[in-house]
Amino acid sequence: MSTLEIRDLHVSVADKAILTGVNLTVRSGQTHAIMGPNGSGKSTLAYAIAGHPKYTVTGGEVLLDGEDLLSMSVDERARAGLFLAMQYPVEVPGVSVSNFLRSAVTAVRGEAPKLREFTKELKTGMDNLSIDAAFAQRNLNEGFSGGEKKRHEILQLELLKPKIAVLDETDSGLDVDALRVVSEGINRFRGSGDTGVLLITHYTRILRYVKPDFVHVFAGGRIVEEGGPELADRLEAEGYERYAKALA
Amino acid sequence: MGLETKPLSTLHEKSSFDLADFEVPTGREEEWRFTPLPRLRGLHNGKAPASGHVVVEVDAAPEVTVETVGRDDPRIGTAYVPRDRVSAQAYSAFEKATVLTVPAQAVASRTTTLTLRGRGQGAAYGHIVVRLEPMAEAVLVLDHRGSAVYADNVEFVVGDGATLKVVSLQDWDDDAVHVSHHHAQLGRDATFRSFVVTLGGDLVRLSPSVSYTAPGGDADLTGLYFVDAGQHLEHRLLVDHSVPNCRSNVEYKGALQGEDAHAVWIGDVIIRVEAEGTDTYEYNRNLILTDGARADSVPNLEILTGEVAGAGHASASGRLDDEHIFYLQARGIPYDEARRLVIRGFFAQVIEKIEIEEIRQRVLAAVEAELEK
Ligand SMILES: Nc1ncnc2c1ncn2[C@@H]1O[C@H](COP(=O)(O)OP(=O)(O)O)[C@@H](O)[C@H]1O
Ligand SMILES: [Mg+2]
Repeated sequence: MSTLEIRDLHVSVADKAILTGVNLTVRSGQTHAIMGPNGSGKSTLAYAIAGHPKYTVTGGEVLLDGEDLLSMSVDERARAGLFLAMQYPVEVPGVSVSNFLRSAVTAVRGEAPKLREFTKELKTGMDNLSIDAAFAQRNLNEGFSGGEKKRHEILQLELLKPKIAVLDETDSGLDVDALRVVSEGINRFRGSGDTGVLLITHYTRILRYVKPDFVHVFAGGRIVEEGGPELADRLEAEGYERYAKALA
Repeated sequence: MGLETKPLSTLHEKSSFDLADFEVPTGREEEWRFTPLPRLRGLHNGKAPASGHVVVEVDAAPEVTVETVGRDDPRIGTAYVPRDRVSAQAYSAFEKATVLTVPAQAVASRTTTLTLRGRGQGAAYGHIVVRLEPMAEAVLVLDHRGSAVYADNVEFVVGDGATLKVVSLQDWDDDAVHVSHHHAQLGRDATFRSFVVTLGGDLVRLSPSVSYTAPGGDADLTGLYFVDAGQHLEHRLLVDHSVPNCRSNVEYKGALQGEDAHAVWIGDVIIRVEAEGTDTYEYNRNLILTDGARADSVPNLEILTGEVAGAGHASASGRLDDEHIFYLQARGIPYDEARRLVIRGFFAQVIEKIEIEEIRQRVLAAVEAELEK
């Protein structure tokens, strides 16, 4: 049983205040959707939790099972059980996918997996996500299509088995088939144990495959409305204009 | 033999066997402005008598003839004429030269290794000639080790249709000074592959150059260097396209770390009026890992003909990318390991080009050792 608590979080980028007091608690077994217009600060929330150096926390706290995440380095947060699937995974030249995945799994599990078992685990994971075997030899995210990048993020999610996963627009740029494959991956992860998911999205379509328990509307750097799955349906029908007006 | 000038290009101004044709550099000259002259220990001003020793050991493939010859051997100086003061100094001061010959059509059955081992105090001068007769093939390693103040000239004469692959490792002790010219002269349809790895030494200034005597020559020059605190590692490339339809590709990558680590890369390519159909590309990238390190990277492409197949250059020096490190750390990989992975990745493409497994492993291990520092 794990809990991610975000309390009154304020974050700036380049001295500009972006998050203006975010409160949110994600428990294992729950899926929270954060929905909001472009530029509302959703990725800022994700990066700040993960510890990206560009984002400065100016107030509030983030706790994972009571531990202060904000005082940890980026890699310590990941080893503590946090995972961020990125909206724009970066290309890292010369580092192969297989080498990267083995290093990550070794770091998070605290010991190197047995080569034979890891090879099998990797193959199963890649098959599940319809990722070609040749992929393992390619350089990390280099020349990957949008869909390949997102599938690769979910492959990491399934291998690293975090306590809490933050998925930042994992659905964007995917065609219907890829969206289904990626959603199945997220659902396998949700079904695999005591894990919590914070699903950030601009559109409602992924919520048809990955059913949220809670929906939070994000605007102007904070949560402006909360509800159950029905809130997503309303957003589908009405869009975000209402909130833009409310903020103006 | 007197002064030979090719006034049409500003990148290659003069060549001469006569030391007197070269003034003692002051450091203001374009070709010397990056080099800290006092650290040359007299190699540039005649104040370094040949009192030291660099011992040459040869482990040759059976097809390769090895000779140690005197200054008057007619095979010396046929391909290369010294281009700067230190090169002319080395030419006028060496006593014995090593000549390797691969006979026509012979394919060397294994790698030939020349180990040049410095034995401490005093300057030493050397000369090496490697001759591949038509259609011959060979792989050569020049392995520089130990401590030395050493200036030398190396001539690679690659005959028609021949293929020569050379790895030159500058793996000197920390106090070594090495100034060297490697010149390859390519015959018709000859292939030359050079792989330079410079890791050790207080100051290394290596000038690889290529010229072509007939169409169809193909030169590929790859380099890797890792500069630590206080080291000055300088590579000055010159490819002189003077005949039609030849190809050259230059790719050098370096990493720098520590106070006063200094890398210099000069990439001069001349495409002369006659050299129609030339295809050339040169590339240098520097990864600056700490404050206090400096990389100077200067590509010069001089095109004197209107008819080239391709000509380009790229040069960039930068820091480790925060986004790369963040991505790896976000997957639990600790900072130091993330950094190592990214730096290894930076060098991976060039290291893969080393065809000799043993040398590739040695270079990989050397890079790993640098990363541990
Ligand atoms: N690295 C950055 N530098 C400058 N401004 C940024 C940076 N990242 C985000 N911002 C700004 O912060 C605001 C929120 O951006 P973001 O968190 O990416 O929103 P969302 O993910 O909801 O689209 C935007 O106004 C954006 O321009
Ligand atoms: Mg975003």
